[in-house]
Amino acid sequence: MYRYDEFDAAFVNQRVAQFRSQVERRVSGELTEDEFKPLRLMNGLYLQLHAYMLRVAIPYGSLDSRQLHRLADVATKYDRGYAHFTTRQNVQYNWPSLSDTPDILQDLAEVDMHAIQTSGNCIRNVTTDHFAGAAHDEVADPRVYAEIIRQWSSLHPEFSFLPRKFKIAINGAKQDRAAIRVHDIGLQLVQLTDGGVGFDVYVGGGQGRTPMIAKLVAEGVAEQDILSYLEAVLRVYNLYGRRDNKYKARIKILVHETGLEQLKADIEAEYAHVKSTFLDIPKEEIERIDAYFAMPKLRDASAGVAKLAETRARDAGFSQWVSQNTHGHKVSDHVSVTVSLKPVGGVPGDATAEQMHLVADLASQYGYDEVRVSHAQNLVLPHVAKEDLYAIYQALVTVDLAEANVGLVTDIIACPGLDYCALANARSIPVAQDISERLGAIERQKQIGDLKLNISGCINACGHHHVGHIGILGVDRKGEELYQITLGGSSDENTSIGAILGRGFPAAELTDAIEAVIDTYIGLRLSDDERFIDAYRRVGPKPFKEALYPSDQKAA
Amino acid sequence: MFVVTGNRLLDGIVVYLAAAHHWVEDLQGARLYDTSDEAQTVLGEQSDMIVSLDVIPVSKQDNGHVVADRLRERIRSDGPTIQPFDAIPLERQFSTAAD
Repeated sequence: MYRYDEFDAAFVNQRVAQFRSQVERRVSGELTEDEFKPLRLMNGLYLQLHAYMLRVAIPYGSLDSRQLHRLADVATKYDRGYAHFTTRQNVQYNWPSLSDTPDILQDLAEVDMHAIQTSGNCIRNVTTDHFAGAAHDEVADPRVYAEIIRQWSSLHPEFSFLPRKFKIAINGAKQDRAAIRVHDIGLQLVQLTDGGVGFDVYVGGGQGRTPMIAKLVAEGVAEQDILSYLEAVLRVYNLYGRRDNKYKARIKILVHETGLEQLKADIEAEYAHVKSTFLDIPKEEIERIDAYFAMPKLRDASAGVAKLAETRARDAGFSQWVSQNTHGHKVSDHVSVTVSLKPVGGVPGDATAEQMHLVADLASQYGYDEVRVSHAQNLVLPHVAKEDLYAIYQALVTVDLAEANVGLVTDIIACPGLDYCALANARSIPVAQDISERLGAIERQKQIGDLKLNISGCINACGHHHVGHIGILGVDRKGEELYQITLGGSSDENTSIGAILGRGFPAAELTDAIEAVIDTYIGLRLSDDERFIDAYRRVGPKPFKEALYPSDQKAA
Repeated sequence: MFVVTGNRLLDGIVVYLAAAHHWVEDLQGARLYDTSDEAQTVLGEQSDMIVSLDVIPVSKQDNGHVVADRLRERIRSDGPTIQPFDAIPLERQFSTAAD
C-alpha cells in the first residue's frame, strides 16, 4: 500500500504543529471560539452531543496492521477504549478532549494518518471498493487512482472552499461495491477499446434531504486525463454551484437545475481548457503509484484447500461464516474475509481496542498486512489463504467478531444517531439493536437471505437509508421519535432510491413493522433465491402497504 | 423552567450553570430560571472556557428531580442510551468549575 514520502510526512507533521499552536492560542484566549471553530473543524474535530468527536481519515479505507494497532492505542490512551467505523470508510472517536487532540494527531502522523479534509466544504476522503486489488471481478485497481486523486485534492487551493462538501467514489469491479451513483462524482473503471484503462464519470448523486442518482456525463475518459476531467467538473461546480442556500448547494442540485445537457457542455468547455494546461498524469507517475498497490506475493496455498472442506464439514458455524463472510479472490486458493462489526444486538461499526488489535494481528499473521474498512462499516482482510480461514475464525470468536452475517439482515448500516450526534433527531443504534436481536437467529437470517437494512437518525442520511433495500429514517414528531420505512433502495450498479411506504412508527412498534415487511416478502417471493430487492421490484409497494396499514386498505 | 447549558472548552463535556461562573456536570445541580429570557440574560456574562451555550427547558418532577423536556437534552444530560462495551470511564483532569 501507499507509504508517505518525505513531502507527505513533513506536510502532516507541519499541520499537527499548526493545530497545537492554534489550540494553545485558543486556551490562552488569544483566539475566540468563533475564530477557532473553523480551525478545529479543518482538523476533523467536531463538538457533538456529549463531547468532541474526532474523525480520522482512512484513505480509500486502506490500513496496515501498524495503523490499525495505532488506532486501537488512541482509543485506549485518549478515549474510552472503542472507536466507530463509518460509512465513509473513516473512523471516529466519540470522547477525545480538545487538549489531547494535538497529541492524538501527532500519534497518528507517526503512522502516516491524519484528520485533514474530514470536515468542511472541500473534497473529502475518496472511497472505493473494500475488495480493491483482490476481487476476482475487477477491471483495474481503483486504489491507484484514489491515491492520485488524494494527492491532487489535498489542500487544493482552488477547491478548499467549495459551495458544499464533495465526495468522490471509485469502483473497479463490474459489481458496484462503492455506491458510486450516490456520490457527487462516481468513477467506474472500464477497459477501453485500445486496451487501456479509463473511467465512466457519473456526476450529481447524493443522499441527504434530496436524494438523487448520479447522471452519466462522460464515458471512457482515459486514465491520464482523469485529473483534468475532475478539475473541469469541480471548476464548473465551484463557479455555478449555489452558495445562497446550504440545502441547495451540493452538485446534485446544480445538475438538476442546470439540466444534464447544459452541464455536460459546461464541463466539456472547461475540460478543453484544462486539457491545454498541465494536468495530464504522466505515465511514469501512474506506474509509480501502481507499484505501491501491487498484489502481495501470495504463497502457494493450494494444498490446504481440501483441508478447508473437511473443517467445514466438521464445524457448521465455521462453514456458515465461510459462506457468508468470504469473497472470491483473483487467486483461487485465497479469499477476501469480511470481519463483521455487527454482532447480533451490538452497535453497528463499533470496535473495541482489543478487537482492533486482534484484527491487526490477524492481518500481519495471515493477511499480508492489509486491512480495509468497508462502507458497510465492517473490516476486511483482502488477501487470506483458504487454509488459514479456520485459525482466523477461531481467533475472531474469542473477541465476538465471528458473526456470520455479511449481507444479511443483521449486517445493518446505522449512523450514530441521537445517542451521539448533534444533528440527529432520533436514535439509530437502539433501533438497530432491537431489529438485530429479533431477527438474529442464524436460521432466520438465512431464511430471509440477502437484505440490506440501513438506518439514519435524521434526514442527512449518514446511515444511507435511501439506498437500503429496507430503509429506516428517524424523525422528531412533536418530541417523539418516529421512524419512517422506505423500501426498494439500492446502491449497487442498479442504484435506486427507496420510496416511503406510509406513516411512521414509534420505536416500540418499529421492529414488528419491519418483521411484517419481511414476512410479507417471504410469503410472496417466487423462490428462496429471489432476493428482497428483486421481489420488491417485481411486485411494488402494494402488498407491503397492505401488511403494514391494513385499516387504510379497508377504508380505500 | 429553564437552565443554561454548554460544553467545557478543554474536554467538551456537557455542563450546566449552577451559580455565577460555576458549572457542574450534573443537571441536578443546575440553577433553575423561571423564564427563558431570564436565563438568556446570563449567557453573555459567561467565560470563554464554556462553549456552545444554550438555554433549554426543563421540568421538576414530583420527587424534585429535574428532567430536560426534550429527548435530545435528556440524552445529553444522561449520556448515550446504549452501552456497547465496558467502556473506559471518563476521567477528566479538569475541575468542574470552569474558572
